[in-house]
Amino acid sequence: MVLWLQVLINIIFSYLASVGFALTINVPRRALNLAGINGVIGWMIYWLTFHAGLGRAIPNTLGALAIGICSLAFSRMKKCPVTVFNIPALVPLVPGVPAYQAMRAMMGGNTNLAMEYLVKTAIITGAIGVGFLLSTMLTEFYFRIWRFYRNKKNKYNTH
Amino acid sequence: MVTTKENKVVYQQVLDVCLTAGRLMIEGGSEMYRVEDTMKRIALNAGMTNPRVFATPTGVFMSLAGGDMMQLIQVRDRNINLELVDRVNELSREFARQEITLDQLENKINRVAIATPTFPIWLQVLGAAILSPTLMVLFTGKYDWIDFPAAAVVGAIGYLVFGSFKRWTKIRFLSELIASAVMGLVAIGLNWLFPQLTIDYILIGALMTLVPGLALTNALRDLFMGDLVSGVVRGVEAALTAVSLGAGVAIVIRFFGG
Repeated sequence: MVLWLQVLINIIFSYLASVGFALTINVPRRALNLAGINGVIGWMIYWLTFHAGLGRAIPNTLGALAIGICSLAFSRMKKCPVTVFNIPALVPLVPGVPAYQAMRAMMGGNTNLAMEYLVKTAIITGAIGVGFLLSTMLTEFYFRIWRFYRNKKNKYNTH
Repeated sequence: MVTTKENKVVYQQVLDVCLTAGRLMIEGGSEMYRVEDTMKRIALNAGMTNPRVFATPTGVFMSLAGGDMMQLIQVRDRNINLELVDRVNELSREFARQEITLDQLENKINRVAIATPTFPIWLQVLGAAILSPTLMVLFTGKYDWIDFPAAAVVGAIGYLVFGSFKRWTKIRFLSELIASAVMGLVAIGLNWLFPQLTIDYILIGALMTLVPGLALTNALRDLFMGDLVSGVVRGVEAALTAVSLGAGVAIVIRFFGG
């Protein structure tokens, strides 16, 4: 398939998937669209870096990092809890395929292969966790710097 | 500060409001630090000093007046409903801006507890029908349009079974098992009717409707914020949900082939 068509399909489908999941967990109406956009951002970063040949773990980390930062920005914009944006957006990154393959391998009695897939699932989950951790850390830095400069400004204004 | 007969009524009201707010947020699937923060803010804005809160996924503890008043509330059913979290958060903000009084806050929180605004069930099923084929395409990267409608049907039926079965039983993880077994059955049936379909692709997409994404994300967030108890509990919940989903499909495929 042509590249631009693939990109287009990935953008549209990741938006639809995030909004669909948001519908099933009853996200507030005013946050639905932004949750979908957040899903597109996270998935496209994952997809592009994955196709650039960075393996699976690093793209997942980068995707989760982008989702974490964007959902904080969106939650400031809409005055919603952060969870509302990052849960639907993370759904495309959840390691569904290796988990399913682990189940299939276990059913076929191939325990070694099942273990391999389970470890893969665990690694991807850990990668998403690291991305989340980094995004929390970056936003904390940002707010600390922001507060520092605001205090400085106020000091100058009062004198 | 010591409680007297006069201010005991006020303390009791503040405790009731805070504990109900905390219970609702946990039922809706909020992170623990947000629950504790909201409860503390309500108590401080109501003029209390030094409120202490400890929240876990199964119960919330709160004390006022330096431990003179200490109460707890149990959390029985944990549904996923982010609208609930947002509403309670919004009410707490309004109370902080002093737009509503404590009595009004109590009324509104009790009203949210009785009638939570939810999407109608057909819209939720539609969401499941949208998300399963799109995620199937994203995950497999195969762009096969034959399985597309089949995945939508299987995902919608599975989600409908899950939603209706959840109201019947109190046993956790059973509704996930039944729903995934039904998904496996429908997928095998469709494959029997139209042999060009691929059961694995359909099931990968359809199972994503029930995947414990919220439990997993919240477990990670709780662990990073230092709420180790709820983080571990939620991680176990996510793992058990995934295992029961896998078991349901595995049983069906074992018996009916595929």
